[in-house]
This record gives sequence, C-alpha cells and structure tokens, in this order.
Amino acid sequence: MKKTILEIENLSKTYGSSVVLKDISLKVNEGDTIVIIGPSGTGKSTLLRCVNLLTKIDGGKIFLDSEEITAPGVSEDNVRQHIGMVFQDFLLFNHLTAIDNVMIGQVKVLGKSPADAREKALQELERVGLKDKANHYPGQLSGGQKQRVAIARALAMDPRIMLFDEPTSALDPELIGEVLEVMKRLANDGMTMLVVTHEMGFAREVADRIIFMEHGLIQEEGSPNEMFYHPKHERTREFLWKITELYGKHEDQGSEKL
Amino acid sequence: MREWFAFFQSILPNFIQGAQVTLQLTFGGLLLGLIIGLPAAVLRVYGGKKLSWLAIAYIELFRGTPILVQLFVIYFGLPDLGITMSRMGAAVLAMGLNSGAYQAEYFRGAIQAVGGGQMMAARAIGMSRYTAIRHIILPQALRLVIPAWSNEPISLLKASSVAFLIAVPDLMTTAKAIVVKTYDPIGTYLAVAVVYLVLVYVLNIFLELAEKNLQIPGFKLEAQQR
Repeated sequence: MKKTILEIENLSKTYGSSVVLKDISLKVNEGDTIVIIGPSGTGKSTLLRCVNLLTKIDGGKIFLDSEEITAPGVSEDNVRQHIGMVFQDFLLFNHLTAIDNVMIGQVKVLGKSPADAREKALQELERVGLKDKANHYPGQLSGGQKQRVAIARALAMDPRIMLFDEPTSALDPELIGEVLEVMKRLANDGMTMLVVTHEMGFAREVADRIIFMEHGLIQEEGSPNEMFYHPKHERTREFLWKITELYGKHEDQGSEKL
Repeated sequence: MREWFAFFQSILPNFIQGAQVTLQLTFGGLLLGLIIGLPAAVLRVYGGKKLSWLAIAYIELFRGTPILVQLFVIYFGLPDLGITMSRMGAAVLAMGLNSGAYQAEYFRGAIQAVGGGQMMAARAIGMSRYTAIRHIILPQALRLVIPAWSNEPISLLKASSVAFLIAVPDLMTTAKAIVVKTYDPIGTYLAVAVVYLVLVYVLNIFLELAEKNLQIPGFKLEAQQR
C-alpha cells in the first residue's frame, strides 16, 4: 500500500451565495500524478488554493501526511513550505535573478546558508534545464523559461507535493512543450503531483488518475484509459471530446498507436 | 543684464550659508518623511482595518492642510502644551510630517502596482506576511516608486522656503536680509530663484542617476515600458 500524502475530506467552499466546491473528497498517494480537468469556473483552481491554505475553506478537512492542516492553530506558513505551488502566470519575483528566485525561499524560510541554498538552486535549475540562465532576470526569460524557473523555485523547498494550477495556459503554443516535458520528468522521478490542466495529451500520458470536475463537484474519476475510452457519464465523454478537439488534436492522432 | 550679473556675483557668497540650511531642511524633512511615510503606506495596504484607518487619517490630515498652517501649529501652538523646540527643529518636523503623507501615497501606489500575485507567490513558498513584505514587495515597490517619488525632494526643497516665516536662516531669509541692505528686491529675488533652480537641477541629476543604477532588466511599470 502506498503512503497517502494528501487527503481531502468533504471539502466545501462558498463565495457569498455561490457554492464553488461541494463536498470534495480526494486522496493523493505518494508518487501519484493526479490530473484535474473540467470547464473553467468549476472550482479547480480554488481547490488547489484551498489545499495550499491560500483560500480559507468553509467545511471539511485537509490532511498532509496524515496531519490535519485545516485544524485551528496550525501554522499556515509551516504547511505551505511543504506544498509546492506553480501558478498559471508564473509569478516569479521580478526583482530577483532566476537563481535568487530559487534561493530566497530556502534562505528566508528554511534558514539555509546562502552557499547551501545556491548549490541546491543550481541543482534545481539544472533539473528544469535552465542552469545557464541562472543570472537572468525574469524580464529576460521567455514564458516557458519563467515557468520552469517557477517549478525550480517550488522544488527547491523539497515539497511533499506539487500543485500545478494550469501551468501552461498562459504560454504560447510552442513554449508549452518544454514545460510539460519538465513536468513529465518530475512525475517519472516519483514526485507527487496534483495538476489542473487542459493538456489532454499530458493527462493521458502521465496521469495515474484523472478527475473530472464540474459545478464544484467531482463528476467522475478514473484511470486515463477509463476516462478517455470508457467514461461512465455522457458529460465526461462530451467534455473530453471537445477539449481534445480544441487543445490536443496533435496528441490525439498519436494516441491511435496506444 | 550685465549689471545684474555683477550684482548676482557680489551677493552669491551670502547665499552659501542659506543654501546649506535649505538643504538641511530638505534632507531632514525628506528623511523624516521617509521614516514616517513608508510604514504608513505599508499599514495602509496591509495593516488591517484599524491600522489602515490610522494611516489614512494621518495622510489625509497632513495632505489636506497647508504646510504653513502645520508649521505654525507646531512652532507657535505646541509651546502651549509645554512642547517647545528650536526653529530648525520645528521646520524639519513640519516638513517631515507633511512630506510623510505625500510619500506614503507614492509608496502605496507602488506597493499596489507590484500586485497581489507577488504576495501570493511569496506566501505559497511559506513566507510570512512580514517576510514577504520585506523581501519581495518592498524591494520591487521601492524601485517602481523612484520616478514618481523624485518629485518629492524637489517640491520639498522649494516648500522649505516657508521656514522663512519662522525666521529659520534659509535661502529665503537670506534673500530678505539682502533686500533690506541693497534695496534691490527684484534683483535679489531673481538671484535666489537662480540658486533654487541650480539646487533642483543638481538634485535631479542625482535622482536620475539613482533611478538608472537601481534598474533591473525587464522590470518596469507597464506605463514606463513604452
């Protein structure tokens, strides 16, 4: 039995009168890559933000390594150190070079020495293929490079789990590949990942489980094979068909060989 | 014209001491304004309800009343409460309090321009609010603020002339004394205007230099990018 890293129990979230998340329950085991798909405005990003405690939940519980992180008195800053987050719009620290972006959390949050932090930062930059850009400022990097630095920044904290919030949605089409490549490698290296994306090729190839969310609910979940070829709900089939048409046609043709 | 030049040259040495006092007033006020204004801006943006209300009250009070009134209240009014201070002290305090309110608004604008995303990203790697403000928000805001903030030393330098009204021996007071001796008000006030102009010009050079030296590639306000 694999160890459970993240467990969400009956999570709910409302903004005023609109219910964004209803009774979401979800388990992420060590080394799993879970991909969440669904139409926009169905609470996928909100779910990630709740897990990272960037958004307060209204009901339910979240456990990280079997410890409840939503319990009163838990230090949010402490929890977030162990959860890596990658945003749609990168959000690199614009006044810092790539390497300083990867170092600052280690130094200011984990209290590492600058020398140790630098070594680790170089390792992580190498992992995302950007060691040679270490001294570039975000303004001098392409979108894809920025996102890879952002991934390195999160990895440098040695997180228990990585959350990706539509990491390629703000990228030019030709830059998407390099980011997905890095994410695939991470998944293969055994990183535990919870990914919100519209990249169906990535979902099919990398996901251990796909979760289809709509209207704040988990409508269906299963292996890529089940979800793509034998979905239980007509709505799942319809959504997947539409989105594959839109985003992943080139990948779709490749999948004939599967 | 040549006549005035000769007159200007003859009275120029008298302005040196006055110029020093004017610069002391300016930098004293600027520094005090920075010390008050930066925390006020941070409190206004991140302070929560009560503290941001306090910051707003301070800013509105000192932006909403003339600096001359503030100076007179401090210099002539505070002694009634048992607080007396030197002319210079009163002038620096008035200018600092006044400037702090304006600087707070410059800083607030810059902090808000840095954007909530940066704060979110900082919190996401486990930084506390304080650490994020200190190491992520302010280093960016302080760079963004320079072009707008550069108005402040210049306007403060000129505003320092109100100190004349409580007889601080600044440029303006010096000019007045020269007028009494030479009976040439137009020539003298033109001369002091030139001195102010030169000081502002020199100040500007330093500010532009600072802006250039602190620049980061690709890091600008959207409006500056054009």
